[in-house]
Amino acid sequence: MNNPDEILDPELKLYEARKAVHPQRIDGTFRRLKWAIMIVTLAIYYITPWIRWDRGPYAPNQAVLVDLANRRFYMFGIEIWPHEFYYVAGLLVMAGIGLFLVTSAVGRAWCGYACPQTVWTDLFQHVDRFVDGDRNARMRMDKAPWTAKKTVRRLFKWGIYLFIAFWTGGAWIMYFADAPTLVVDFWTGEAAFVAYATVGILTATTFIFGGFMREQVCVYMCPWPRIQAAMMDEKSLQVTYKDWRGEKRGSIKKAQKDPAAFGDCVDCNQCVAVCPTGIDIREGPQIGCITCALCIDACDRVMGEVGRPRGLIDYITADDAEAEKAGKETGPAWKNLLRLRTLVYFGVWAGIGLAMLFALGNRTRLDLAVQHDRNPVYVQLSNGDIRNAYTAKIRNMENRPRQMNVSITGLPGATLWEGGTSRPDQQTALEVTVPADSVANLRLFIAAPETTSERDEFVMTIEGAGENAESDSEELFFERPKN
Amino acid sequence: MSEHKYVDKATGTETVGHEWDGIVELDTPMPRWWVWTFYATIVWGIAYMILYPAWPLVNSATEGVLGWTSRGELQKEMSAREQQLEPIRAALVANDINSVAANENLRNQAINGGASAFKVHCVQCHGSGASGFKGYPNLNDDDWLWGGDLEAIEYTLVHGIRQPDHPDTRFSQMPAFGRDGILQPNEIQDVVSYVRTISGDERPSPASERGAVLYEANCTICHGADGKGDRFQGAPNLTDRIALYGRDRASLTETITNSRYGVMPRWSERLDPATIRMLAIYVHSLGGGEAAPQPDETAETGTGDEQS
Repeated sequence: MNNPDEILDPELKLYEARKAVHPQRIDGTFRRLKWAIMIVTLAIYYITPWIRWDRGPYAPNQAVLVDLANRRFYMFGIEIWPHEFYYVAGLLVMAGIGLFLVTSAVGRAWCGYACPQTVWTDLFQHVDRFVDGDRNARMRMDKAPWTAKKTVRRLFKWGIYLFIAFWTGGAWIMYFADAPTLVVDFWTGEAAFVAYATVGILTATTFIFGGFMREQVCVYMCPWPRIQAAMMDEKSLQVTYKDWRGEKRGSIKKAQKDPAAFGDCVDCNQCVAVCPTGIDIREGPQIGCITCALCIDACDRVMGEVGRPRGLIDYITADDAEAEKAGKETGPAWKNLLRLRTLVYFGVWAGIGLAMLFALGNRTRLDLAVQHDRNPVYVQLSNGDIRNAYTAKIRNMENRPRQMNVSITGLPGATLWEGGTSRPDQQTALEVTVPADSVANLRLFIAAPETTSERDEFVMTIEGAGENAESDSEELFFERPKN
Repeated sequence: MSEHKYVDKATGTETVGHEWDGIVELDTPMPRWWVWTFYATIVWGIAYMILYPAWPLVNSATEGVLGWTSRGELQKEMSAREQQLEPIRAALVANDINSVAANENLRNQAINGGASAFKVHCVQCHGSGASGFKGYPNLNDDDWLWGGDLEAIEYTLVHGIRQPDHPDTRFSQMPAFGRDGILQPNEIQDVVSYVRTISGDERPSPASERGAVLYEANCTICHGADGKGDRFQGAPNLTDRIALYGRDRASLTETITNSRYGVMPRWSERLDPATIRMLAIYVHSLGGGEAAPQPDETAETGTGDEQS
């Protein structure tokens, strides 16, 4: 009984070579939606780094720039410093919850329309079609022997792949440096090694993933389809073949002979022919289905031609499918969007977004961080006073040099002065100029009379001078020797 | 049994020949890529052993045909760094120390370099925070035996303190009043009382009044009538709150009885002028640095000429 020969279906092999997918051209509502999304996403990807944004003389004028070298992230009017990276983390959390929201509402819409793997695979399939013709021509070409003509064609096609792949990688690096300068540097061989390496790696991955691996990335490599299966429920839209309406499938001729025995499906296989991942939707929901809905377009066209109602394959929730199968009325599809789960996701998503906007609007663009010298903690001066030394880091996060006032309060008889200058008679505040968009390191001395107190608390404050009078302060200790 | 090959029907692979309750183990051959990778590592290993030091011998290892050593690498990096620093070192000694320190960039370079050199050459006595110990001055404070401006500090570094074979060294000699029998022990106690009175540690008393007379006779020549000391002679200020060996009675008694002779090496013997300059600027930056003296005071502070 445990003999594997008896368990294994002889047809089922442990490994099977990939069968190439040659989707057929199709036009329809969802195909047009896919075109639109492809154009929009690619346009965003390619155009964004070239948008200029004037930030004055002290900062780059690229609207979106991840300046790794100087550790700044610019996005239009927002500038993020490394210590504010939680805004980026917040964006990533929003992107994650956004995916939850989209998935629970409309299923694998991300996979079907917006995922770069999908968009680039789609693009490369259009290249196939442009070079080798539609589905049947491509299948013939695949099977044909390697003649000179085929070789030339293939090289031409792969050349286009490589061209697209190169421009994909080439556009990516534009986000990390001033785009016009980088283009010149890149072609004159003066760009950083990392720029060439990045372009090389992204060119290779695009060429391989988009040109050859395609749906295998979705089916075997990507974790997201697995996670999505857990995110979806019976009220999530998914592309469904309505078997209760379609079965038993059969050609029009057969159905004409015995109308009662056959359903609406005419078994034309158009849904299979257009599928970019090469599956048969009529086998039910499956991991290979990215819900691009091209089969809906194909089926709707055929149904129109044979005079049957559209929607034999359609976006429908599992609940509605049950109801429809049982012959009950189903409510409008949009009602499925408004349910507790999606509303909670939306609420969390919007909440994080609003909180970040609020925080961005209220953040101060200066910052004080002070470190008390620990070696020595205090110095006895000849007149009996005790001196403590501090290192203050003052961040000026605005794109202009700023005058700032440093002051101390709460330490009786104290005098504050800057390292490298001589001790003044009596002073508790001083003016410093912090260069635009940088951190000033300030060595500060504070002297106070000898008392019996070993440890006094006081407050150091910086205040930006001028129209934007922000301030920041820190509580510090002043220490004296043990008596 | 051994001649018979056991082949698994489902996979067509040989088995290892054992069977446990009907379970057999497949003897799957190594994947090609794995075997080739293994051979490649062997080739790599042999090449590596020829090119680089590998086989340990009694005193060293085989040298390898490339002649690579980690010490050589370090040497290369160090000399590359030295070369980078050469212009800065040259600029540091190109001018007098006050104008060098007035240049902000050079000053910062000197402070950073001085901080490093300090950790190598000075911390043994002055401590890693330059706050000194008993007998080793705190360099952070504003009390200086020989002067706290840049030139004075550099002079002290160059010539050292109490270097017997060196005529230009900082030298001061307080008599051992007790040991040499100049003052009797009870007189020394009176002087201690007086010194503690002018430093504010004790109230005036009959003992301090007796001490004042003894002080006037024995100490004013160096420490001054007011007890404020004399930097020209390296005589400490007795009226301030800082004392190199302590202000308590026992320490003062010991100082007056046996005297103290702290020493510091003359660093011109061991360090190059640029490093000494960096150290001087670094020490000056610690918080007690004084401004350059006015010309008419130069003679008084006696910092001497720059080192040759």
